[in-house]
Order: sequence, then structure tokens, then C-alpha cells
Amino acid sequence: MIRTMSEWAGSDAQPEVLYWVGCAGSYDARAQKVAKSFCAILEKAGIRFAILGQEEKCTGDPARRAGNEFVFQMLALQNIETLNAYNVKTIVTACPHCFNTLKNEYPALGGNYEVMHHTQYLNQLFSTGKIKISGGAFKGKKITYHDSCYLGRVNGEYEAPRALIEALDADLHEMKRSKANGLCCGAGGAQMFKEDEPGDKRINLERAEEALESGAKVIAANCPWCITMLTDGLKAMDKQDEVMVYDLSEMIIQNI
Amino acid sequence: MASIVFIIISGAVFFFAFKAFREVYQNIQLGKSFDSSGKPSERWRDVLLIAFGQKKMFDRPIAAFFHLFIYLAFLFTQVELIEIFIDGIFGTHRFLAHYLGVFYDVIIGFIEVLSLLALVATVIFLARRNLLRLPRFTKSELLGWPQQDANIILLGEILLVFGIFTMNGADHLLQNLQPEHYPQVALPISHITGPILFGGLDVSTLQIIERLGWWQHVLVVFGFMIYLPYSKHLHIFLAFPNVYFRPERSRGEMENIPTITAEVKSMFGLGPEPAVTDEIPVFGANDIFSLSKKNLLDAYTCTECGRCTSVCPANLTGKKLSPRKIMMDVRDRATEVGKKMRTSSKAEKSEPFSDGKSLFDYISREEIRACTSCNACVEACPVLINPLDIILQLRRYEVLTESQTAEAWTPMFTSLENQGCVWQVPQERDAWIHS
Ligand code: SF4
Ligand code: SF4
Repeated sequence: MIRTMSEWAGSDAQPEVLYWVGCAGSYDARAQKVAKSFCAILEKAGIRFAILGQEEKCTGDPARRAGNEFVFQMLALQNIETLNAYNVKTIVTACPHCFNTLKNEYPALGGNYEVMHHTQYLNQLFSTGKIKISGGAFKGKKITYHDSCYLGRVNGEYEAPRALIEALDADLHEMKRSKANGLCCGAGGAQMFKEDEPGDKRINLERAEEALESGAKVIAANCPWCITMLTDGLKAMDKQDEVMVYDLSEMIIQNI
Repeated sequence: MASIVFIIISGAVFFFAFKAFREVYQNIQLGKSFDSSGKPSERWRDVLLIAFGQKKMFDRPIAAFFHLFIYLAFLFTQVELIEIFIDGIFGTHRFLAHYLGVFYDVIIGFIEVLSLLALVATVIFLARRNLLRLPRFTKSELLGWPQQDANIILLGEILLVFGIFTMNGADHLLQNLQPEHYPQVALPISHITGPILFGGLDVSTLQIIERLGWWQHVLVVFGFMIYLPYSKHLHIFLAFPNVYFRPERSRGEMENIPTITAEVKSMFGLGPEPAVTDEIPVFGANDIFSLSKKNLLDAYTCTECGRCTSVCPANLTGKKLSPRKIMMDVRDRATEVGKKMRTSSKAEKSEPFSDGKSLFDYISREEIRACTSCNACVEACPVLINPLDIILQLRRYEVLTESQTAEAWTPMFTSLENQGCVWQVPQERDAWIHS
């Protein structure tokens, strides 16, 4: 059962970790599936976790990167009030933008937490034996991995997600541009919420083509926006039935 | 006689070079101060690794190797330059040879070998720009002057190397003909090329050739000294301070605007009312005065290599945005403003500077709105320049100071403000649990 912070507040036990769901996880149908998979894993691992529920607001990342510092600070300061009131220590989130903002931008406003991206958290659960991952459905399958900008290049995490792919016994085929050179899916910097500026091509198409070139039938991702962008890119090429885009937590819950 | 000419020319060169470098310095000082806290030891380590050690260059190993030849040739030649000044002023010949012994042979030998390698590299670099026409060297922002600038420098380097080999080739022959004037110095390249080029010539012709080579070398160096401050080639000096003053903040953190924090806090009853002032606050940046000195230093350090642009997802898919162009525009604007300020009248100087223009006359809205903040440009730059930081400050100015933005962002701001979500949403934030 998924409980909110305020529901936990009534009981004796305290949650170990707060799962930050984010706007996508809360409202986007595709990302909701990721949220559910991730919660299911936490439950299997016996982790006491909470969400903020109604009290959670957007971290403010898209507002800040679009230039609207005022709206960003309104959101951030409200979130920090809430988090501090519940005395939250550890946060895990399945969105690299939430992850980055909570980790790197909230401290300057008085919000200091240990923040982990869910692939880091899952890798920790795996390496400490709290979850067991078996080959199963992805064993030997050609998989490619898309580094999100804000987990990879911005926060330097390239290995945790790859360790999970290895645990799934999959056959990882890197794209031409990966890790520090990974190409953006096109969503960051609030681009997700507007059309591309005039040009020759959409960025997500460029990346989806590159993913296809890797020959993989599955694209593993770690970000709800990347998932939308890559899926749309595949659709534009009419490849959505041949190649699947999954969040790593969805791949793991199938093989736990 | 030669000494006097040398002293006069070098005096004039130093005067003009100093003036030009000072102007660059003044232009950079037009920016706002920035946070340069952080451990000096760590900053020096980065200078050693990244500027001196060229670490990030090696993300593209082939180009890095050729660049390294030119760079090392440049470093070693500094020793020779000291000697050139001594010889030039006092009319001596290879002054240091008498004092450094074997060590001198080693240095001069190194310079010869590196000069040859640098020559090869220079030719390849010229070919890459003008024959192969690599995409990153033929983008629209490079057309015209920037391309010429690059070619001038490369041709200058070729002239320089030719000067060295002319001088050394003749010198090698003279060492045997007039050992009392020309100290024995082992010249690994010129002992082969000297006889081929100048073998059989008489002493006085060789002496003239040696002097011509020497002067060619000196004059190209002088030319560079004056030319550098007007050129993208300034990176050979500015790369060092630019790496030293790298930001302390993590890449993922945008600089906070404390006045907005105070205002929002007071709005929520979390802090005191901010003091009321008459000034209309300016947030973000629209001109060099509202950028930081570090942003301007970045702009003057940029060597227009285009590594940033070649990995920019927006540019790769045909959008107008090019992070390199952002840097070039900031530099051009800083130079323009600096020049206008220096030539303005006393009365004008007492007023805040205004020429009716801003950075937005150089950089269009379309460009800054195309950025995905992916940090690829930041990662790619070998000398730690951050074009993204400038783009985001321009966006802040648009939204906060001008109340303008991309059309589709307005509804996003509204839902964020009213509902705390990027979309206008009909249901509760935790409804997904039950679906
Ligand atoms: S951060 Fe912006 S300018 Fe830099 S590479 Fe990414 S999209 Fe291009
Ligand atoms: S910003 Fe850096 S990577 Fe881009 S052109 Fe200038 S020096 Fe090259």
C-alpha cells in the first residue's frame, strides 16, 4: 500500500525514504506505470516509504529553466516547508530533473536532503541483496540505454543504471553517443512544454533514429520525459511496435 | 644599429600590445563580480590538468595531438624568446648557449623537432578548415572575419616556423665556417635541411640569410603580440585564468536570486517584508553589464573551435541556436561597448552607458528558446566555457524583466503557479495510487 507522509504521521513507525513522484509520475499515464512499478519494487524489498501526495508540488525545474525564477521559488519554498515539516532526510525520485533540483538547487533555499535517483536506489537495493534480479524476460536481449542529461552529464551517474542492465543479463548495445556524449532527447530546459523552435528536424527523432541504429529492440531509460520523447520519435518512424521504451524499474519488476 | 632598430620596434610593440590587452581587461571588468570562493589548491590543480595539461582536449584525440604539437612548440619557444630579446638588445648571438651548455642543445633541439611537428599540424589544420571544410568550421557564425582570423593565425604560424628553419639552417652552416662567432649547437632538423637549402653559399650571404630568418621570426612574434587581443587566439593566455575561475557551483545548479527568495518568503509569511526601493529591479541579463565578469572572460577565452556547437542537439537538428555564436556575440558586444565607452565624452561618462542596443540585438529570442539545457556544450568545451549559463540568464531577463516568453510557456507558468503542476490538471495529485 502506498501511504502519504501525513498518513504515516499518525503511526509509530516512520518511513525510511520519501518517494518523490513528480508531475509526470502523478499525472502522465505512461509515467504512472513507472511510478507503480517502482512502488511495487519498494514493497517487495520491504522498504517503508511514503509519498507527499497532495502536498507535493512540481519541484519548479521547468519554470526555472524557462527563466521564471519567481514561480520556481514559489514552488521550491513551499516544497521545502513541507519537507522540513516532516523532517524528511532521504528522498528518492524517478525523474532526473526532480532529482537534480532537489539535490543541487534546494540546498541554497534551505532544503538539505540526501537525494537519490531511483536507478541509484535500485542499484543499492540490488547490491545489498534487498532485491534479487534475475535474467528472465531480458536475458540475452539486445538493449540500448539512453543517458538522460540530468542524471548523466549533469550529475555524473552513468554506472548505476548500467549495473542494473547487467543484472538483468541483457546484451547492452551502446548508442553512438552515450555517457558524457549522450544526445539529449529534446525535452529538457522546459522544451517538453512547447514546440521545437524552427529547424530541420525534431531532436527526439534524431535520438530515436540513433537508438534504432544500435539494433536494440528495447530502449532502457531513466526519465519520464525521455520516455515520452523517445516513444514519440519511434511513432514518427512507425516503429513503436518493434522497439519498446521502458523505464528501468519496469524492467526490474518483471524479473524480480 | 640593429640593436637600436630592435629596441625601437619592440618598444612600440609592447606599447600597442599593452594597450590592447588592457582594453580587453577593461571590457571584462564591465561585468558583475562573481563567486570565486573555493579552495585555491583545487583551482590550481584544474589549471594544471585542464589548461596546462589540455586534459579535455583529448576527448578528441587526433585533433588534440596536432594541437599539442603547436602548443608545446609555443611553450618551448618562450625560452628562445628570452634569448631573442637579449640578443636583439645587446647584439649578441645565441647568448644563452654560452651559459646553458648541453641543456641549451636539448631545448633548441626540442624546439626544432616541435616546430616541424607544429608545421605539419598547422598545414593539417588549414586543410581541415579550407579543404575538408569540417562542418564545425563552416557554420554560418564563422563566415567572414572569424574564418579569416583562424587562417591568419595559421599562416602566421607557418611563417614563424619558416623563420626558425631559415635562421637555424644558415646558422648550422656558419657554425662550421666561423666557429668563433657561431657557437656549436646541435640542430636535429637544420643539420639536414641547412645544407640542402643553403649549402655552398658564401659566408656573407649566409649571414644575411641568418639575419633575415631571425628577423622574420621576431617580427611574426611581434605581430602576434599585437594581433592576439583582437583575435580568437587569445585563448593561449586566457585559458589559464578561465579555468582557474571556474564556477564552484555544480553544473546542475542555477545561480540563486536572493532578492526573489526574500520576496517570495515574505509573500508566504516566511520572512520580513523586503525593503521598498524606487529602483525597478532588473533580473537576468540583457547586456554585458548584467552578465558576470566570468561570462565575459569566457567570451574572450573562446577559441571558436565549435566543439560545443557540434554536440548541441538544437544546432544538430537545424535550429538557429549555436552555443559558439552565443560566446562570439557576447565578446563582440563587450568589445563594442568597451570601445564606445572609451571614446565617449566626459558628460556621457557620468551617465550610465546606453547606446540603445543590447545583447538581444545580437542574439535572437529564437536562439535562446531552442536550448534544452542539456549541458552538452558545457561538457564539450576544452577550456570550461559555459554558454548555457548565459542563455539561461537571457531567458530570465525575458521572463522576469520584460514579461515575455515563448507562447506555450505562459500556460505552463500559470498551472505551476495555481496548481503546482506543469499541466492544468483536473484531479488530485495522488489519484494515480487508486487507478
Ligand atoms: S545546453 Fe543548450 S546550447 Fe548547450 S548544447 Fe544543450 S541545447 Fe545546445
Ligand atoms: S565555447 Fe568552448 S567549445 Fe565552444 S567554440 Fe568556444 S572554446 Fe570551443
